[in-house]
Amino acid sequence: MAQANNTAPARKLPGSLDTNRRLDRWLSINADGTVTLITGKVEIGQGILTALIQMTAEELDIDVSRIRLKPASTAFSPDEGITSGSRSIQESGLALRHAAAEARDLLLARAAQKLGVTLESLSVQDGVISARGGGSVTYWELATPDLLAREAGFDATAKLPQEHVVVGTSLERVDIPGKVTGKPAFLQDMNLPGTLHGRVCRPAGPGATLKAIDLKEVEQMPGVVAVVRDGSFLGVVAEREEQAIRAERRLARLAQWIPGPELPANDPRQLLTLQAEAETEVISNKGNPENEPETAGAKQLSAEYTKPYIAHASLAPSCAIAQWEGGHDQPKVRVWTHSQGIYPLRGDLAQALGLPEPDIIVTHAEGAGCYGHNAADDVAMDAVLLARAVPGRPVRVQWMREDEFGWEPFSSPMVMRMNAALDAHGNIVNWGHELWSHAHSTRPGGKGGVNLLAAWHLEKPLPAAKPGNPPLPGGGSHRNAIPLYDFPNQRVTNHLIRRSPIRASALRALGGFANAFAIECFMDELAQAAGADPVEFRLRHLKDARAKAVIEKVVQMAQWRAGEQGDGERGRGIGFARYKNLAAYIAVIAEVRVEEEVRVTKLWGAVDVGQAINPDGVLNQIEGGMIQSASMALKERVDFDRTTITTRSWDDYPILRFTEVPEIEVALINRPEAPPVGAGEGTQGPVAAAIGNAIHNALGARLRDMPFTRDRIVAALSA
Amino acid sequence: MPLTITVNGEPREVRADAETPLLYALRNDLGLVGTRYGCGLAQCGACTVIIDGRPVQSCDVPLSSVLGKKITTVEALASDAALHPLQKAFIAEQAAQCGYCASGILMAAKALLDVNQDPSDAEIRAALERNLCRCGTHSRILRAVKRAAKEMKGG
Repeated sequence: MAQANNTAPARKLPGSLDTNRRLDRWLSINADGTVTLITGKVEIGQGILTALIQMTAEELDIDVSRIRLKPASTAFSPDEGITSGSRSIQESGLALRHAAAEARDLLLARAAQKLGVTLESLSVQDGVISARGGGSVTYWELATPDLLAREAGFDATAKLPQEHVVVGTSLERVDIPGKVTGKPAFLQDMNLPGTLHGRVCRPAGPGATLKAIDLKEVEQMPGVVAVVRDGSFLGVVAEREEQAIRAERRLARLAQWIPGPELPANDPRQLLTLQAEAETEVISNKGNPENEPETAGAKQLSAEYTKPYIAHASLAPSCAIAQWEGGHDQPKVRVWTHSQGIYPLRGDLAQALGLPEPDIIVTHAEGAGCYGHNAADDVAMDAVLLARAVPGRPVRVQWMREDEFGWEPFSSPMVMRMNAALDAHGNIVNWGHELWSHAHSTRPGGKGGVNLLAAWHLEKPLPAAKPGNPPLPGGGSHRNAIPLYDFPNQRVTNHLIRRSPIRASALRALGGFANAFAIECFMDELAQAAGADPVEFRLRHLKDARAKAVIEKVVQMAQWRAGEQGDGERGRGIGFARYKNLAAYIAVIAEVRVEEEVRVTKLWGAVDVGQAINPDGVLNQIEGGMIQSASMALKERVDFDRTTITTRSWDDYPILRFTEVPEIEVALINRPEAPPVGAGEGTQGPVAAAIGNAIHNALGARLRDMPFTRDRIVAALSA
Repeated sequence: MPLTITVNGEPREVRADAETPLLYALRNDLGLVGTRYGCGLAQCGACTVIIDGRPVQSCDVPLSSVLGKKITTVEALASDAALHPLQKAFIAEQAAQCGYCASGILMAAKALLDVNQDPSDAEIRAALERNLCRCGTHSRILRAVKRAAKEMKGG
């Protein structure tokens, strides 16, 4: 984070400004009284653009309505990698804050010169610079293209939190009016002249190859413009969307596939059978985790938790538009995408097509919420391959719902084995956490290959890049595996089985979802063994004051009573985590009622994201994360047989519905003096744990495998 | 032969065959892109429009079955410059994250409020049961529908 950089030997600029130092990459002050804000981060329903507008307007002392946003594009945007990990405020926000502060300084210097006064005599109101002794000039008069044609320096200082007037207010989201009035708001709605529609016929299962197909019949179908076959990549382009869909269905009936390798059983514990492939690393070793339990002569506990493959399940199947221009000698490819990383996508497309990167222009347009690496990048490759068959015409490809469920990369299954020892006072003296997981990132931009689905199906297939985990302290499968609690002895071990038999990649909170779930449920098991209240038990093992504060806040909101017991049907439980151990603090209490199925009736949350740039935006993200996490914990699991993914529709993959969603109450502990951190992902583990703990509180039965289905309740009760 | 359908009070010609799902005609022929594809199986509600007063998932309805019926899309929710109370309430409650589900939910909610001016929480939830939201914006959406109902009653 930015503050840590102050002590680094080489001076660093805040956030992504350090790697994109030109000020005019970020901002342009325009003669027409507007300011153009350019970011490399993208809107995915999290409200980031509104927060960035606030941070920029604040430092420039202009009204927010003067700010214009440019869609992120490889043609001009700063390269900010991927919009992920709840890092946009830290990376793009802090960059813009500094760039805007410096732009303001530059404008003030020009004004002082022009007005013949000292800097100290100047003040700014909405872009009008006034001198104390009279005289004024506007940003719009002073700004010339050369103003920001320079690298950022270190001298500008951003405002102090107590000076903020725009940051810290709940400015309404800039995109919501268009979204509730049916305006074109998404890439899916873009209408370029002459657009054709494409669809792709996917293999019969992962690794299946196309044996034979006679394309003539499909080529003669109404509206069909081109049928493309390249190895096992099979697609169609048609004049109308429904014609493309019908042609794809015909292709699916005609295609004969050679099955791929048999898929494993759908059980997270399958990971344990792959120990020979595991890369094992002890990521935390403290005190003497080997011998302490014996020396303490204490009570010992162990438990094993799991989560299955789960899906992003974006409401909008992924979509992209591509257009080839310039013929075979000098091809230029234009791509419109809702990818979270326009530059990494461009890099992988360039590799796959054998084109230099500058010949591909990738421009972002908003899609629906994605919650991580879904099929956004893959469909861009599909569109590029289909558009190559119809040069000059834009080709729009939207995956069908069954494609999205069947071919998006899922979140990896995980197994967490926990053990701990209590001393005679019921304090934890030893803690062990071993986890097994596949890698949590196979996004484009990986090393040694191309991470785009269609690239693996071509006649000359390109290898996939090596699956990876973001490194600690954020981590991937090991995200949030090191407890924030203060234990004298502990060992945390990550067993990474890199390659998943079924494609896996980043989903909201990555491994943090399952690790925090396991840690927080196990804390309840230990509290019970120690005869302690789960809240008091947590607080006595925590030193971090901000951690304690969110727990105490949520306890107060829910009026938690020490040692409260469920009644066989209703119960409550708590969960806590600090996201990535370095970002948002979140504590949750869940209330459940167990009847035919588990119903979550209420969720209370307390959250500390440091400085809240837009408090209502934070609440919206937190509330959404809580409901989504509840859905995942209660219901979600991707199913597959030995050949293919069998989850293909919402009937196969139920999520929480309006009749099932809990009441939600969230409190924000705003700390304007603390660095701002993201709010998008931190709820995932704490909510799942709070629900698991509430079920135990209600029934006395412990569910350690997600999702908490009716069958599992019955099994746990009869165990 | 073009087909004629009645959308937002006007007859509109569509040059598509009669089995084309209404959704594609709305989006691609008439440019009414507020109605969105989510599943093609009438399972998610992103494509909900109102046909003769009832909320219908337009991805699963062929043009042949809507000839002569009154189709209302989200684009007709606001009249002239004035937003519908539901739209105002969605903005006031900031009841969207990605917003892809919003059009369909607004139309399902409108169909409810058109026949029930004072819906209970349970009735609102039931009316939105066929609409999915993946971002988890449900509680804000429920608040927004209640707020709109109150405003429409003049409360």
